[in-house]
Formats: sequence, C-alpha cells, structure tokens
Amino acid sequence: MSITNGGTAELHVGRALRRKEDPRLITGQGRYLDDISLPGTLWAALVRSPEANAKIVSIDASAARERAGIEAVFTNEDMNDLAGPLPMAWVPPGIEIQNPEHWPLARGAVKHVGDPVAVVLGTDRYAVVDAAEDVIVEYESLPVVTDPEAALEGGPFVHDELGTNQVHEWSLSGGDLEAGFAQADVTIERRVVNHRTAGAPIECRGVLADYRAGALTVWSSTQVPHFLRLFLAILLNIGEEHVRVIAPEVGGGFGSKLQVYGEEVLVAWCSRKLGAPVKWIETRSENMAVAHQGRDQIAYVKMGAQRDGTVTAFHVKIIADLGAYNMLLTPLIPSLGAFVMGGCYKIPAVQTDIVGVFTNKCPTDAIRGAGRPEATHMIEVTLDQVAAELGLDPVEIRRKNFIPKEDFPAAVATGVIYDSGDYNKSLDRLLEHVDMPAFRREQEELRAAGRYRGIGFSTYTEICGLAPSRVTGPGGVGIQAGGWESAMVRIHNTGSVTVYTGSSGHGQGHETTFAQIAADRLGVDPAQVEIIHGDTGTGPEGRNTYGSRSVAVGGEAIARSANKVAEKAKAIVAHQLEAAPEDIELADGKFSVRGSPDTGLTLAEVAGAAYLNLIPDGMEPGLEETTFYDPENFVFPFGAHACIVDVDPETGKVTVARYVAVDDCGNAINPKLIDGQVHGGIVHAIGQALYERVAYDEDGQLVTGTFVDYALPTAAEMPSFETDRTVTPSPVNSLGAKGVGEAGTIAASPAVTNAVIDALRPLGVTYINMPLSPMRVWEAISDAQDTSPKGGVPA
Amino acid sequence: MSSTCSVSLNVNGVEHHLEVEPRLLLVHALRDGLGLTGTHVGCDTSNCGACTVHLDGRAVKSCTVLAVQADGGSVTTIEGMGSEGDLHPLQQAFWDDHGLQCGYCTPGMIMAAAGLLAENPSPSEAEVRHALEGNLCRCTGYHNIVKAVMSAGRATQAAAERPEVTA
Repeated sequence: MSITNGGTAELHVGRALRRKEDPRLITGQGRYLDDISLPGTLWAALVRSPEANAKIVSIDASAARERAGIEAVFTNEDMNDLAGPLPMAWVPPGIEIQNPEHWPLARGAVKHVGDPVAVVLGTDRYAVVDAAEDVIVEYESLPVVTDPEAALEGGPFVHDELGTNQVHEWSLSGGDLEAGFAQADVTIERRVVNHRTAGAPIECRGVLADYRAGALTVWSSTQVPHFLRLFLAILLNIGEEHVRVIAPEVGGGFGSKLQVYGEEVLVAWCSRKLGAPVKWIETRSENMAVAHQGRDQIAYVKMGAQRDGTVTAFHVKIIADLGAYNMLLTPLIPSLGAFVMGGCYKIPAVQTDIVGVFTNKCPTDAIRGAGRPEATHMIEVTLDQVAAELGLDPVEIRRKNFIPKEDFPAAVATGVIYDSGDYNKSLDRLLEHVDMPAFRREQEELRAAGRYRGIGFSTYTEICGLAPSRVTGPGGVGIQAGGWESAMVRIHNTGSVTVYTGSSGHGQGHETTFAQIAADRLGVDPAQVEIIHGDTGTGPEGRNTYGSRSVAVGGEAIARSANKVAEKAKAIVAHQLEAAPEDIELADGKFSVRGSPDTGLTLAEVAGAAYLNLIPDGMEPGLEETTFYDPENFVFPFGAHACIVDVDPETGKVTVARYVAVDDCGNAINPKLIDGQVHGGIVHAIGQALYERVAYDEDGQLVTGTFVDYALPTAAEMPSFETDRTVTPSPVNSLGAKGVGEAGTIAASPAVTNAVIDALRPLGVTYINMPLSPMRVWEAISDAQDTSPKGGVPA
Repeated sequence: MSSTCSVSLNVNGVEHHLEVEPRLLLVHALRDGLGLTGTHVGCDTSNCGACTVHLDGRAVKSCTVLAVQADGGSVTTIEGMGSEGDLHPLQQAFWDDHGLQCGYCTPGMIMAAAGLLAENPSPSEAEVRHALEGNLCRCTGYHNIVKAVMSAGRATQAAAERPEVTA
C-alpha cells in the first residue's frame, strides 16, 4: 500500500521529526555572533553609568585614548549625525504618550544603571575593557525613583522636562461593568504583583558591523533583522537597499532580542566612522543591566461573582513600571494582555485600565508572553480566590464559566473574536492524568503528618499569531508595522527547494517545521527543503519572529507559496501530458493524471521543464512563488495545566513535585517540537513564580546583576513534565495551527501560585504574590499564624 | 603591554603552541586562538556552563581556567566528541530526544554530561539533574536534556555489554 499526499493527506506534517538544524549545533559547527570574525575588526566596549539618575558633568577619555591599541573613544557629542533617537513603534490613536528622547549614548544625563555613556574601540577584546575603565565620567547625582506607585505621586521625575513620571493611560473595556458588579454576590479585590524578570537567553547580545564601499552589513544576535535594517537605514541615513542585516545562529531571545538596541546602531555607526569592522559582545553583567526586561506590573484586580460561581465582572487597574525610556514597544506590552483579560471565561463585562510609569530602571518591553502571562496570572489567581470565598472547587468554578464550545468563533467582551476552543476537552484530558479524589485524600493524609502539599490549576487561553494588521496596525491598535509575513518558495533546476521566510528563528526549529509544511505541498522530502531565514539580503521583506507567530503566520505564508508552486507545476505537467490541469494531482511524490500515477512527473522533472521553458505558451519560465500573508484574525491557543507542590513550612521552600500540561495549539506540525516549546515555556514561568526576580535597591542600584544573584531555574530544581495535547484546529489559517512558543509561559505561573496557596490554606495563608521564595513563603506563613484566630505554630 | 607566556595544549588530539597573555582565559584561547568556536560563553561568573570542556579527562568551565593553567594539558571540546556521521552517543541522544533548541548551551551540556557518564555510566534522573545544575538552559526546561543524557547512558552501557562479534 502506498501513502499518498494528494488531497489533504499530510506525509510530513504531524510527524515528530528530528530537527534539521541539530547536526551542526550538536557538533559545535553552528555560527553564533561571536563565532564570526572579519579581518581588521575593532572591538568595542561600553562605558556605562553606575548612577541611576544623574547629570553628566564631564567625560575625560584622554587616559583611555593613550592606551596601546586603542583607536578611538566616542561619546554622544560625536554622534550628532544620527537622524534621530532610538525608535518607539507604537502610536495609538487618541492616546498621548510621553516619549523622551533615547540615544545610543547618553545625551547629558543617565537615567538608569547601565545607561551607556561612551564607547571605546581598539584592536584587542581585553584591552578595550581595560581602557573603558580609564574613561573618567563625572556625574552630578539626582534623586532616584524606583517604586512605580510612588513615581505616580509626584517627583522626583525620571525626565525632569516632562514634569511627570506618568507615560500614558490606556483602557480596553467591554460590557457593562457596573451592572456586572451589581449582579455579583461576592466581590474579590486583590493587589496582584507581577514582578520584573529578565529574558536571560544564554547567548547575550552581540553585534558585528562592516561598513565598506557605501554599504553596511550588520550581523546581530536579534530576533528582528528586518526591523533592524529599517531603523539602521533611517537613523544612519543609508539607503535601505545598502543595509543588510543577518541574524546568524541566535542563542535564544525570549523577547529580549525583539528590539532595536542602541548598541546595534552605535556599532554600525562606529564601523562607518572608523572604516573598519566593529564587534561588540555583550557581557552577562551588561545583559542583566541593559537588555530590556519584562513584566513589572502591579494590578489592582476586582472580580464579581454570583453565589454559584458565575463571574459577572472583572476590572483590572494596572500600574506598569516601564523603566527609564520607551523602547520599541515598551508601553504597548501591558495592552497585549488586555485583549484576553477575560481568559477562557464568558464574563459579560471586562475592563483593563493601564497606567505606564517611568522609573530609574532598565526599560521593560516584550519578554516571552509579553502582557499575556501577567493577564493570565491575574485571572487565574483571582478566580481561585473567588472559588475559595464561595467554597467552590477550583475545577468546578472554571467549568462553570468556560465559554462553551458551541460559541466559537466567540466574540468576547474585550472585542476580539476567539477563533476556536474546547476548554472542557482540555480540562477533561488533564483530569485523566490527575486523579483529584486520590490527590485530595493524599493531601489530607500528608497534612495529618505535618506535610503541606497543594495543587493549582490554570486553564488559559492566549492571543498570538501576531498579527492581523487591520487590528494591530496604524488603523487599529497603532503599531507602526504590518503583521503579515512573507515566504518565497524557489524550486531549483534539480527539484530541490529553498524557502526564504521573513520569520527569523532562534531556537524554535523553523528549519524543520517549515520544511515539513513545504514538503507536503511539493511532493518532496523535508531533507530536500532548505529554509533560509534571518537575512535581509535574501528573499522578500519580512516581519520576523515574536508573539508565537512563526507557524500561524510565517508557516501559512510558506504553505500558500508552496501551493502556488504546485498549481504551476500542475499546469506544466498538464501541458506535458496533454491533460487538463484540474486532472493533475500530487500523489506519491509525483504530479500525475488522477488515476494514472505511473505517468507522472516528479518535482525535479517539473522544474527541469520550467527552466528549459517546456511550458505552456504564455506561461513565465521558472518555478518560484512569493506570498505576503496577513492573517484575518489572531489565533487563540488554550489548555489546562495542573501543578502540584510541596511546601516546607519550616523553611518556606517550595518544590514542584509534579506538573501536568494539556495544551491545544490546533493541528500539530511537529509534536516533538511542540512538547519542547511547552517544557521551556513552563520552566520560564516556574522560574518567575519561584526564583527569578530583577531587584533594584532604593538607590536604583541593580542587585541582581549576574547569574549569581539572578536565579534561573536549573535542572536540579525542575521536575520532568507530563504533557498531552488536544487538537482543536484553528479556522484562521489553512494549517489549522496556532502558536505554542509562549503558551507554557502564559499558563504556568498561576498554576504554581494557586498550588502554593492550596498547600498553605490550613496554615491560614489565603493569598501570596510571586516570587514564592522561601523567605516570602515563610513570612506569609508566619504572618498568617500571627493573625489567625487559631494561632500557634504549624503542626 | 603585558608580557606573554608559552602554552602547550593538546586539543582534540592535536598539539598546539600558543603565546598568550597570562590572563587569557582557556575559553578564549580555544575560541579566538584555535578557532574552536563550538565552546561558548554565556556569563561572567561561571554559572552557566556553556564553556564546559574536558581538561585532562575532567569537565571544567573553561571561562574559569587560565590558558596558562592548562599548559601541558589535554583538552577535549565539542568538536572532538564526534562529527556528523560519527556522532558521540550523547550527541546522538540530544538529536534524537530534542535535547536542544537554540543550541547555545548544548556543547557545554554535552561536555558536562560526558563528565557525568564517565564517572557514573547509568545515572538516575536525580543524579543527572544534580550533575547538570552548573549548566543553564533557557529553552528546553531541561526535560529533554535529562532524557537524552539518560538514554545516552543506556546506549553506552548496552554497547559495552554487547558481546564482541567474531568472524
């Protein structure tokens, strides 16, 4: 029996193939940024501010310049040929945003620790670091503000000229909030703190720029080479056609490389200025201080519900600490969560009010999930609080409020349309893995023995596949970029395939997933399909990788281009076989007349005909097609997660004993890679829930400046994960697929938090904010014991 | 200018003689001096383990060893473990089990895991997790890394126990 990939059957999509990119990566043959060298390269080192808010009184670089091997030292004064400050790409209609100038090198003042003041260039990577130490900068310290709520009250101001620290106000609401709360039997209010975290890719940032003969080539460890090219061209006044940006192998991004960074502009500027290639490799200490950070929202949430658990209204007021400047999308990030502030529940009235605030800290921007982990945390933790208040089971209150599957596509209060969902299905599947009656019995037994085990749930949905331009673009939310993606599928003379995608992978497995998509539509093996990404010098304009968009937008663009190629192939084959094009099908790797597979042509034979011009009259020779695909809607993955924790009441230490995740990202392209994304996503959120926190002291000094102080989860703390999937195809794209890169991170922090609260309820702990460090958990227990009517020490 | 020192290193079976600054880190000697860029740098504080190599048979963080300290030593890097078509069991297992995503931590992970398996050929999951706590990965959540190390351990054991086939 033969397998056919004619019609809708898929040969390669849906298979857990090993990755095409791995052989080079497991043998040390990958080329990351610092692995690329050009003859005559100068090294750059930055002189950075130790002050959180200060005027620059003077900069004396004379000693540095005199050091052997030092070619130049530049400050902002040298860069007056820049066309403008660094970009912020959000211009929301009708909203006023304070947007102070932000330059690659500080212009007269520094606003957070790590702000760059000068750049030192020389021939040796160690020598430039030594020389940077010799640049003497005199500062006049200014008062510092680090608490966003205090910053809203008045001075000191991060940017004195503004006379305020408030950046903007933005709201999204739907339904009658007042009526919703009027119908509620109970109203729960909490202050939900979602603390600041770091993206922390294991490869820090890095830039290599080579300006020669009027053209600029920049290699950058970036997620967004096309955006970077555009802004380099604008800021440096170079024709966009003369700027090429290459993202080589990129060692993780997690949103922190979705940025147009000052260092990228600076290094390119230095290369042009000095007529030599210039390389800058960020240290981890720099990365912790100046790579944009994430989260940092204080939310005052209010949820109203009826006695049976029906949620009638949800109102969230977010104070978003944006740090010292707006970067590419800084003030927009909290808004991304607002669109799914109703979660997977049928809540008639939902309102999100956001206030952005400047503080003397590193700017925030997109970090894995970008606004949606925060929203999910608010909803899922608050819903548990409501359940506890009403004496309801956390599973049952979720079922009570789920948007029923019959409602899809479902228009929700926040104004978006959820594409597809079956929330009971994923929760049912979860409960096949987690035997709740058995768990509760075990929990009781352990409690009797003085051990505190808890379970927490998170039933989430999120909004991804960014983005339909009509919603997010200048006519909608106001992002100054289209949300489309491009793909060019080129068949070579011999029938092998190159796909040029504008999506720019950095660990997700684009080369494998995209090859699977193209292969099925062309009748070839994925091994014959090469995916070219991350290079603005090849293929069409692109919109890069973020917001779990690669498969749902970039993959769909590839599918469409491949389909166009297949249609042309059918016309060529019909011409060769003297048949009608509509009678040609792709089966067994051949384009043949339906019912006569033996007479068919392979893609190689079709390509031969196309390039030898053995084609119908009037048809263009060649065999390649391009698509720009702008989605009609977002996609909305969902799922049900359960976390089981053990809490030591003596030390406050939380251990994740078990984690079960059921995710639904529509049709699976490669299940192996989906599981990998889910695992990593969950750990990113467990890291935030239990260990990670970017901390500044009240003087604005960064306390967590290295991996010694910033606690990434290690293998030793993490459990193995139990993952499962349900499949609810998306109607938005022909793949039926949704994104999965952020889902785990969006889902997991409330599951952990709810589990800790569940564990500690007998000790009187009813609510706790992340990070659930031993100290914080111990204090929560201690406080609860002090105020508990029962009092006393834990048994 | 700093004075330099002569250093002899056997790297992946090849003898090298380098003139280095006394402060040059082994990782930079390997990467910048010998062009072996498979060994990566991910932090300033010896926390991340991306730079792990073997020095005289033991896994070390090459950002924490000076090149002069390795003088006369024998170094194995990821490039010396195996190549496409002739993969080391750990490389094979990382590929089979999707033990990597961005791949940046992977060489260090494999070298650290090889250090573990040399001492403990059939580690438990807890032992693998403990042994890898000095190697950070932000992509995989460690799940598939642990799985890969355990399956590589089993594969190595099985190969060792297989009777010699004689003609």
